[in-house]
Amino acid sequence: MSSIEDRVTKIIVEQLGVKPEDVKLEASFVEDLGADSLDTVELVMALEEEFETEIPDEEAEKISTVQAAIDYVKGHA
Amino acid sequence: MTRRRVVVTGMGMLSPLGTDVASTWKRLVAGESGIRSITHFDTERFSTRFAGLVPEFDVADFFPAKDARKMDGFMQYGMVAAVQAIRDAGLTDAEKDADLIGVAIGSGIGGLGTIEENHQKLLDGGARKISPFFVPGSIINMVAGNLSIMYGYRGPNFATVTACTSGTHCIGFAAQQIMLGTADVMIAGGAEKGCSPLGMGGFGAARALSTRNEDPQGASRPWDRDRDGFVLADGAGIVVLEEYERARARGAHIYAELVGYGMSGDAFHITAPPEDGAGAARAMTNALRDAGVNPDEVAYINAHGTSTKAGDLAEAHAIRNVFGAHADALAVSSTKSMVGHLLGAAGAVEAIFTLLAMRDGVAPPTINLDNPDQDCDLNFVPHTAQQRDIPVALSNSFGFGGTNGSLVFRRL
Repeated sequence: MSSIEDRVTKIIVEQLGVKPEDVKLEASFVEDLGADSLDTVELVMALEEEFETEIPDEEAEKISTVQAAIDYVKGHA
Repeated sequence: MTRRRVVVTGMGMLSPLGTDVASTWKRLVAGESGIRSITHFDTERFSTRFAGLVPEFDVADFFPAKDARKMDGFMQYGMVAAVQAIRDAGLTDAEKDADLIGVAIGSGIGGLGTIEENHQKLLDGGARKISPFFVPGSIINMVAGNLSIMYGYRGPNFATVTACTSGTHCIGFAAQQIMLGTADVMIAGGAEKGCSPLGMGGFGAARALSTRNEDPQGASRPWDRDRDGFVLADGAGIVVLEEYERARARGAHIYAELVGYGMSGDAFHITAPPEDGAGAARAMTNALRDAGVNPDEVAYINAHGTSTKAGDLAEAHAIRNVFGAHADALAVSSTKSMVGHLLGAAGAVEAIFTLLAMRDGVAPPTINLDNPDQDCDLNFVPHTAQQRDIPVALSNSFGFGGTNGSLVFRRL
């Protein structure tokens, strides 16, 4: 089983159409990875699907970087 | 003030016969059918199990696959055909007069497949499972929207939605923008991908489709006495319309001039035309008047000719009434016999076929016309293309709701 970091990276690569090497921990989805507001909504949905969890909207809004996504999954999945 | 002139300087197409204009046209003139069995979903309980489907292509040749993922198939078809047309016209994303370059690309149905998928997600997982791209990925005007974003064309941006006349109306209204001076260039046409389970089932339920499942390529047979409905098809057709002086100044290749556009409403029935084709006749008459063309100047008509009992008869009557004795001198063909009925894209691909017929001096055939129906006694170009000089031609579209449109083109 791959690590949470690898699984989150894979989803970001698929959803945002970016290169794996660009998915650095500190990268912001909007600032660094070219996502718009709809992309981030879909990204959160993909994380929910992958980790079989439900992320409340107020939590989803805080997931704006790769690190934040990994931290959320580690804390809740 | 005289009206500004509009010419066609680019064209692009995806059809059941090919993934560009050239390959489609070659097979069309040869009288080939692009109709085949549906394999992308289980059709066992469907009354019609065949359609006109677009062959495989790589969207990344035209725009980023990452963007395509957020678009329904109809939208991707429209975008691809539009990119082809823009490239054909020699335009770029760096035009200096981008404020006067607009987009008018419609569809009859829009993102039906995406609507079906997201409805399933709603049923399975609730509203939270609906994609944030569901709405922008399925609504009809988003071909025009996405294209304008991609090229930076900031002129008029719209999509006419008039069932099977959408493509014709988009081209007609786009041309009027240029005639009026509200745009110098318009990217115009239609896109459709209605061959989904709900689309096939819906048109089947309306008893509009042929059920000749044992012979898909013989199913679209306009004016033949054994016709039993139309054949649903996917694809897109896009033209670049340009103000004549602009086109000339930059040395653009000009296919022909769009000289007339006419419309009418049947005010009769939601799906059927009146038997005498009065609405169709009014659209043709209005287009000819708009063009300042005498009926006897027309050499070729690309008919709506869907292969339905009532529609084919009505159009034949209408052509007789509009053209009188000259009707016998016309070549009238239905290219739907080969590509099927592309609904909101039909008028656009057929406008392109009309332009190519003028360019090459050939009327494409109506295939499968083995036994012309009683009262269908025009030269429908049965089976085989006919060589002829075509200085002026007309393309017809008639849609559910009784919405009609005709375009008149003149060779320069």
